[in-house]
Amino acid sequence: MTEKLNVFAVRTLTQKEYFAPGHRSCQGCAEALAVRLVAKALGRNVIIAAATGCMEIVSSPLPFTSWRVPWFHVAFENAAAVASGIESALKVLVRKGRIPYKKIVTLAMAGDGGTADIGLQALSGALERGHNFTYICTDNEAYMNTGIQRSSSTPFGAATTTSPAGKVTMGQITWKKNMPAIVAAHHIPYVATACPSYPIDLVQKVKKAAELKGPAYVHILSVCPTGWRSAPDLSIKLGRLAVETGVFPLYEVEQGKYRLTIDFPKLRPLKEYIKLQGRFRHLTDSMIEEIEKRIHQEYEQLKKKAKKGV
Amino acid sequence: MEVSIAAAEAVKQANVDVISAYPITPQTHVVEHLSELVANGEMDAEFFCVESEHSALSVCVGSEATGARSFTCTSSQGLALMSEITYIASGLRLPIVMVISNRTLSSPLSIWNDHSDVMSIRDCGWVQFFTENGQEVYDHIFIAYRLGEDREVLLPVIVNMDGFILSHVIEPIELIEQDKIDGFLPPYQPLYRLHPDKPVTMGAFALPSIFAETKKAQEVALQSSISKILEVWRAFGDITGRYYNPIETYQAGDAETLLVTMGSCGETASVAVDMMREEGRSVGLVKIRLWRPFPFDAFKAATLKAKNMVVIDRAISIGGPGGPVASEVKAALYGEEPRPSIYNFVAGISGRDVTPSDYIKMVDKAEIEIEEGNKAGYEIYGVRE
Repeated sequence: MTEKLNVFAVRTLTQKEYFAPGHRSCQGCAEALAVRLVAKALGRNVIIAAATGCMEIVSSPLPFTSWRVPWFHVAFENAAAVASGIESALKVLVRKGRIPYKKIVTLAMAGDGGTADIGLQALSGALERGHNFTYICTDNEAYMNTGIQRSSSTPFGAATTTSPAGKVTMGQITWKKNMPAIVAAHHIPYVATACPSYPIDLVQKVKKAAELKGPAYVHILSVCPTGWRSAPDLSIKLGRLAVETGVFPLYEVEQGKYRLTIDFPKLRPLKEYIKLQGRFRHLTDSMIEEIEKRIHQEYEQLKKKAKKGV
Repeated sequence: MEVSIAAAEAVKQANVDVISAYPITPQTHVVEHLSELVANGEMDAEFFCVESEHSALSVCVGSEATGARSFTCTSSQGLALMSEITYIASGLRLPIVMVISNRTLSSPLSIWNDHSDVMSIRDCGWVQFFTENGQEVYDHIFIAYRLGEDREVLLPVIVNMDGFILSHVIEPIELIEQDKIDGFLPPYQPLYRLHPDKPVTMGAFALPSIFAETKKAQEVALQSSISKILEVWRAFGDITGRYYNPIETYQAGDAETLLVTMGSCGETASVAVDMMREEGRSVGLVKIRLWRPFPFDAFKAATLKAKNMVVIDRAISIGGPGGPVASEVKAALYGEEPRPSIYNFVAGISGRDVTPSDYIKMVDKAEIEIEEGNKAGYEIYGVRE
């Protein structure tokens, strides 16, 4: 039912900007684009709890703000806990008749560090408690705000300032943590992946997440030219390549049922994605092959889940 | 009534909207009773058992910013874990109230009482009360909300209650009628709240060019809250007959030697003072109820006439000049002439009993040491060596 109500075309997207222009993000920042789209999807009746990170720093240098909706930054690891507090307060204040009822979306927002690393505990707690809120992870695959340090969401082989391409090890030596799967294991109503290179898909998913009762999670791949050592004008293309090569499949898990939202009969060669990024410059052909093999395996597993509908 | 139960009853009577906590001994009885009250429908609040103390306070920060009266309670390691957010809550000027059932910080792990937990966040910018008995704990929850939510204050408030020594003790407590509470503590009307009807940005970051100004504003707010604190105590006294002061004195007016205590040990110390007075000794007692903002004027007025001061600390500043209370007191009196000589004992850490005779021994020792010229002595009392 919700799907039918959510038919979208570009023109149906509001022209209003709730994440105002003039913020301080880098050129070609796809995370800022993702956040802008999220804000458009949710409209004005939202309260945002943001974690420390790029999006916080670029949007709120006292006494300025880029936010035209209520926005709250507290710390790095607790966006989900703060959102829990906001959601509970709205609930109890309406119940006690101290504020009039209004449909308000509570949104928590954090990067991959604030989600997969330091904020994982607070997120898990909030999901388990079943708060009616939506959590957005804008994943740019490292701690970009502090200067490109590796996180558990950094992909295998990527060079960062703390997983450098050295003589002994070649960049990140661990595989990217599967955050959507961890969240899905909490059996919440809705989990999805998205990418601002697919704006309509992203907006649809965020809207669906916000409409469903209970916790919802959207994991958004956000290309970071500064950290990925890629050209700023290639951010949209890189996002598309991430999806088309199977690096970042777009799917959703609704009430436990997996569905690929974009499927490809044949994935594009991983090299097309990798060669555009300086963070993978040191990788040899055999290493790229090894990575590609694993990506294909994971993609097949995901497809099986989607086919079975579980 | 057990003091923890009384604290929970006060939270109910204060019509708190959101409670968020994580279990830790000896705080548990407070939140257990609160969850019972909510489960039985005796209290209308959102109660969350969260996954850590860090989240417990973070939830309160979120709910308070949305305009809900919020409460949490913790101890020891739990306070240490949430310490990051204590600084943020005061910087954001959110009048959350927290009861700390004071307990030792590890290691070695110990569940018993001292003040090392709260001293670790001494400078976190919250108003901090120390209570001496269950009645004070109960009363100060109302006082804390009325004070913190005052638009001239807007600060979070900590009510310290000594773990076990107060929290688990059963004592007679005079409860206040609900209509009196409702008159004293009207529903919370925040100056700003997170709501789409009037979007605000909270928690923006500050560059060096503006950071110092924000901190000065916060410092001025906490320092100048002292007049509001006095006003709220007076208003509270008018409805209950119990008038509180930042510094309480007992037999102190003419005393040559003053004992200085903070928290529940004041009651035992007063027994020791009676015993020494019976022997004809000129000893009095000064009890610090308001720790932050420190009541410098009231403290000076109560102590400057004395010759000797014996300061009892319930926490150590390892590698430093002694206990935190003694450091504070010394700093408070530094510019005064003449001023009493100060001898500092760290006593009763991790809940070790300090009896009236221990206070007498400490006064004996301090008087001799000061007489012999040791005018800034410090020791941990009663340690086996």
